[in-house]
Amino acid sequence: MSVETVDPASEERAGSGSKRKAWKRRRARSRSSLFAAGEPMVWLTGGALVLCIAMVVGLLSLVLWKGLITFWPLPVEQVSTFDGRSYMGEVTRTDVYRPEQSVIDALSPELAAAADSYLAENEGTSERRLFRTGNFRLTQNHFSWVDTFALAEQSKPEWVFVVERLEWGRFYGFPEAFLISTPVDSVEEARKVAEDVGSSGGELKGVVSRWADGREEKVLLPLSELDTAEAVEAVAEVFQGPEAAWQGFRRHHDAVRERWNERRDLEEFDTGAVNHELEATRLSLREAQLDLEKAEATKNEAAIEEARAKVAAREEKYEETTRWAESEFTRIRQEIDAINQENARYQLFMRTAGEGTMPAQQAVLPLDEIVNAYPANRISFVEKLGVYLGRWYEFLVDEPREANSEGGVFPAIFGTVTMTLIMSLVVVPFGVLAALYLREYAKSGPLVSAVRIAVNNLAGVPSIVFGVFGLGFFCYLVGASIDELFFAAQLPNPTYGKGGLLWASLTLALLTLPVVIVATEEAVSAVPNSMREGSYACGASKWQTIQRIVLPRALPGIITGMILAIARGAGEVAPLMLVGAVKLAPELPIDGVFPYIHPERSFMHLGFHIFDVGFQSQNSEAAKPMVFTTTLLLIGLIALLNFAAIRLRNSLRKKYAGGQF
Amino acid sequence: METSSSQNAADSAPSPVQPDPLAAINEGRTLPSTIHESVLAEEAVLEVKDFRLWYGAAQALYDISFPVPQGKVTALIGPSGCGKSTLLRSVNRLNDLIDSVRIEGDMNLSGDSIYGPSVDVIELRKRMGMVFQKSNPFPMSIYENVVYALRIDGENRKSVLDEVCERSLRGAALWDEVKDRLDELALGLSGGQQQRLCIARAIAAEPEVLLMDEPCSALDPIATGKIEDLIHSLRGEYTILIVTHNMQQASRTSDYTAFMYLGRLIELGRTSDIFTRPSLRATEDYITGRFG
Repeated sequence: MSVETVDPASEERAGSGSKRKAWKRRRARSRSSLFAAGEPMVWLTGGALVLCIAMVVGLLSLVLWKGLITFWPLPVEQVSTFDGRSYMGEVTRTDVYRPEQSVIDALSPELAAAADSYLAENEGTSERRLFRTGNFRLTQNHFSWVDTFALAEQSKPEWVFVVERLEWGRFYGFPEAFLISTPVDSVEEARKVAEDVGSSGGELKGVVSRWADGREEKVLLPLSELDTAEAVEAVAEVFQGPEAAWQGFRRHHDAVRERWNERRDLEEFDTGAVNHELEATRLSLREAQLDLEKAEATKNEAAIEEARAKVAAREEKYEETTRWAESEFTRIRQEIDAINQENARYQLFMRTAGEGTMPAQQAVLPLDEIVNAYPANRISFVEKLGVYLGRWYEFLVDEPREANSEGGVFPAIFGTVTMTLIMSLVVVPFGVLAALYLREYAKSGPLVSAVRIAVNNLAGVPSIVFGVFGLGFFCYLVGASIDELFFAAQLPNPTYGKGGLLWASLTLALLTLPVVIVATEEAVSAVPNSMREGSYACGASKWQTIQRIVLPRALPGIITGMILAIARGAGEVAPLMLVGAVKLAPELPIDGVFPYIHPERSFMHLGFHIFDVGFQSQNSEAAKPMVFTTTLLLIGLIALLNFAAIRLRNSLRKKYAGGQF
Repeated sequence: METSSSQNAADSAPSPVQPDPLAAINEGRTLPSTIHESVLAEEAVLEVKDFRLWYGAAQALYDISFPVPQGKVTALIGPSGCGKSTLLRSVNRLNDLIDSVRIEGDMNLSGDSIYGPSVDVIELRKRMGMVFQKSNPFPMSIYENVVYALRIDGENRKSVLDEVCERSLRGAALWDEVKDRLDELALGLSGGQQQRLCIARAIAAEPEVLLMDEPCSALDPIATGKIEDLIHSLRGEYTILIVTHNMQQASRTSDYTAFMYLGRLIELGRTSDIFTRPSLRATEDYITGRFG
């Protein structure tokens, strides 16, 4: 390279050559590097999404399926085993397992032989079924496992009845007779009553107790066969045989249940009202006595005299009320007794299939204790659907029975909805005002940033901590102060100084406050500044601008915050255990007793109900399906609340932001 | 108020010793504005007096003094960033909303101080109307948009509101297009209609001064034409101060034109004078497109 001059053309060539090289390098890199090509990231992100959806859909469909099948009436199977035991009930679960050799060795020889051959056929695994056998009072057992290899015989008896009872769970058995009986003391009376009462289609018989196999059994004898020496308990119109008993049951059950409801209303509302009146007068007397004590402390003669007169007047009133209450109680008691007497006449005589090694036994079921009964193996699909829907109806509108494992969850639905609504009513205005100050009034600076960070951190505090705070602050501090000031007469019984609907709502409002504040801040800051300026230019003040321009525009976003808060609050359980949710609330927080709304009362909550039924229940096998139905209900309820809020938001969006491209 | 306009306005020929504001700016000085006699002869509704404004440490307006003639359209022209909009927003104190803004000097609206210590800003803003660069109808019905200024004053009599609504919409040449759908959302109107709605809103409260901040810059030529016709028809009834960087628009719509440059008011005079025989070379250079 001795030539100094540089040929411009060659320089350009060199330049373009190095450019080409750089380009080649880049292309090579982009071909070899996964990140540059970008294709794998699509798979990664898409895969993550699919995984998320699979988990959510899996959970929801499990809850949906399990929740929906719980109430479907299953057929009733009767089985007997090689060692002479028998079981009858609904097969709720089938399980495949690998039995230990020692277990098989412990079996009787014929069973062990059956087991060995079964295990050889199935490569060492065995199957067993869980029978819901019911009849707890006779067997002390709700459920029994039965090994498939032990089965000698199985059948579906035609006339087996499933009876759902108020107490003691389900009953499985065969109907023998349906009775409309009248208690009598002697044979003569029996014959006379029989003539008086007459028959509506059944046969008139006498009911006699006899001992058989060491058990007392009721025997039905024709009136002519009645022995004067034997104690006759009642004379009854008898519908003998399963068909006739089923007809008789169907004809009379509704009326009996109607009367039973009447009785419950008498016990609950009428007695409750009298009790309330009595308690109110007692409290007013107590108040007067407290006033007297205060007056005595001041040593002001006139005041003491006045207080004494008040006490005397209230004492008189109290005594009068007590007398009135007693007469009322007697009246109600009489009405209840009359209903009980009438209802006790209707009975269903059932016979079990025999449980385990026990022989079949007789059971007399009073009709007013039967919630529902149906011949499980006889009813058609439509009738099954009727039973299914009836159970859902009961579940939705009735109160729980049998330690929450049966009956309905209406108080829990009511409590959940009321609590969520009160929570929203508190948290939305509160959060919106706080967010407005942060965004519209406060000058941005380190203090505002610190507040914002603190609010966001509040969202990360474990919910049980809020529960503890709610208990300490609302119940024990605020509540106790309210009690001292306004409910001194009730002390030492707390009114507000314990967990209750109001305190639970406030605790959850605190818990969901950050959600509302953050959502509102976002929504408010998304309102274009040009709108604010336009409003100011018209001579609007800051508050007028916020009220007329900013808030309407931000409303959809604020409601989004409310939706999130509802979803979070309605599903929360841990803090509620501390501030007012209970296993069984005797009274709803809203009822017909003045002042109609009782925010101090403890309440039932679906989330807590799930925990209670699933993990605190004695009859856990029977309660387990209820966990799924209650979960389904809770999810449905939250979805419903959200759906309502979303509809509201969308209509607002159309109203305030329509046409904005 | 210093004027060097006596000889300039009188004879059209540029004087031999013409002040050169651009050179002065380069040297860091600010020359007094050239204000034509014709402007001073008019009755002023708004007077700006030695107005200076800073955004934080950066000064945006330098010693601005000029009168705005009553019932006339005064256009503010100048290259982007010269402070036209800042000056306009200072008139109704919208700049107060920005934390970093600091001002010196004062303005007078019909003799009342705008920046005085005892001024009620909200009351002050009620005496002016403003139209923004991008139309900003409120998220409510057309009717409510127009009567907004009255509503916030607590005026709820239907008859009054109806009358104002019709008058303002007629004034903004929008009545015939929307009279059958006053209850519909304002956001459903077209861009040009929205801007005329904003003008109707601004004139609803009978303002003493109407401030317009590039009202046509976001509109198509047809909508722009309609707004310009509207401005033309409002002349005489309202005092209008309009910011534009469309020179044709300024020459078509305004009676007076002020040329601003780098935060200074360079020259203010009759529009015909400014566009045909400006006193200063700098103005002429800008108008003819030699810079800016």
